[in-house]
Amino acid sequence: MFSLDFLINALSLGSLYALIALGLVIVYGILKLVNFAYGELIMVGGYALFMLGNLPALPWLVMALIAVTIAMLTSYLTERVAFRPVREKSLTAILITSFAVSTLLQNAALLIVSSRSRAVQFPAIFSGSVRLGNVDIANRNILVIVTSTLLLIALTLLLKRTILGIALRAAADKFQMTRMLGVPANLIISVAFVISGLLAGVVSLFWIGRVGSVTPTIGLSPLLIAFVATVIGGMNSLEGAVVGGYLYGFLFSIISLILPQNLLDYREALMFSIVILILLFKPEGLIRGTYSGERVG
Amino acid sequence: MLAIENILVRYGSITALHDISIKVQTGELVALIGANGAGKTTTLTTVAGNLKPVTGDIQFENTSIASLSPEQIIRKGIAIVPEGREIFASLTVEENLKLGAYIRRDRSEFKRDLDETVTMFPILGERIHQQGGTLSGGEQQQLAVARALMSHPKLLMMDEPSLGLAPALVDQIFELIVKLHDSGMTILLVEQNVERTLDIVKRAYLLKNGRVEAEGAPEVIRKHVDIESVYLGSKVN
Repeated sequence: MFSLDFLINALSLGSLYALIALGLVIVYGILKLVNFAYGELIMVGGYALFMLGNLPALPWLVMALIAVTIAMLTSYLTERVAFRPVREKSLTAILITSFAVSTLLQNAALLIVSSRSRAVQFPAIFSGSVRLGNVDIANRNILVIVTSTLLLIALTLLLKRTILGIALRAAADKFQMTRMLGVPANLIISVAFVISGLLAGVVSLFWIGRVGSVTPTIGLSPLLIAFVATVIGGMNSLEGAVVGGYLYGFLFSIISLILPQNLLDYREALMFSIVILILLFKPEGLIRGTYSGERVG
Repeated sequence: MLAIENILVRYGSITALHDISIKVQTGELVALIGANGAGKTTTLTTVAGNLKPVTGDIQFENTSIASLSPEQIIRKGIAIVPEGREIFASLTVEENLKLGAYIRRDRSEFKRDLDETVTMFPILGERIHQQGGTLSGGEQQQLAVARALMSHPKLLMMDEPSLGLAPALVDQIFELIVKLHDSGMTILLVEQNVERTLDIVKRAYLLKNGRVEAEGAPEVIRKHVDIESVYLGSKVN
């Protein structure tokens, strides 16, 4: 019943959502913080791309790399400047700090650029398509799938094969014990924020690639998706976030496909109803994580 | 080697340790015993750097470590087998051991240490690619000890290593402690199994309500208190 272009569409959406969710959970795993400023990292990536587009012609790939780097750097700086000083305070303090950072970054965008949306240049390859059999597949979808697959493989290798990755997974499970083995707390938290920024940066390329423009509040939607996807998949494991992201993408695609035209506006409502059902029957999410609830103190 | 000098430690507004002074000489096996809440675990946690003494000092090899972070203290040569083992459940046995060797960055040495560990704990060799969470209690305890040894500590602190283990495994753990001590390891041991502990140590401290109640040879400690009352944590009349 599902055609090839539907599957590619769903897979592309799922891949993007998986990256979004992973970026949120990698920080949550360590700090037990739902970083509400995460969406703004995607916004920062978007504005970086917009501003670089105004400069004398750089190759687009170089601009994209710079934009991703700026998102990573912003993520790292929010940790250094805002989260680190309040880290040992209550969870409420750090949560409110994340709201503050979110608002601050949004207002910075308002002040420096404008509240109006700004068109971002994308190379022709983004808007083209290839013909596969008798269906047209958008290049953008293929790019998302390939990029996110490569990124997930790279992250898996980092987390499984390097001592830093192993330490990161250990810290998400038992932070104090990890420190007592000699792993510096600041290093691990910084790395988590940098990876989160990397994911947000890559997501910003494709997210803004879809809508074509950037606004100060563009981060809200992806943040919500990340949050819902991690609720579906389970907040206590990285695998859960990825599974949740793909599942969200597929469910959303299926709902969009089967809903009659005049009910399409209700697809988010239907989506959230499914989430409520999952919460009712599997409150810990579909993937039960092994991490304990210990928080950095 | 280790000298804890008159430390006072608080959890928020609750004073857990009022005035604790403990010495461990190089090569010694010293036990801390006492009822639940006497301050044994708090003492080890403070030495490991997870809690900071309000007053008093902790000297290790004649330098103060009282203000250092946990990640600095292990680099000085103090490793801990914590209460409840604290195995990383989602990491494999090998990854747990790799983290144990985090402060030692030489790969070839890690390989050699891993071989030694597997010889010492054959069961860990069999389970090397299994997740830590799938191990039995006894196996996890062995992993916790092996992980601590991977850092080549000068002082090994063990917190209730026999807790929750079947009697046969408790024997194994006590044999292991004696074996480690015989091989020259300096050990500070916290145990609730008072009788067994006093059988293997030459010196012990009895803690009560955050203070040192008695110290000395096992006979002294035995004489000093009714062991049962310490074990039950209250005066039994």
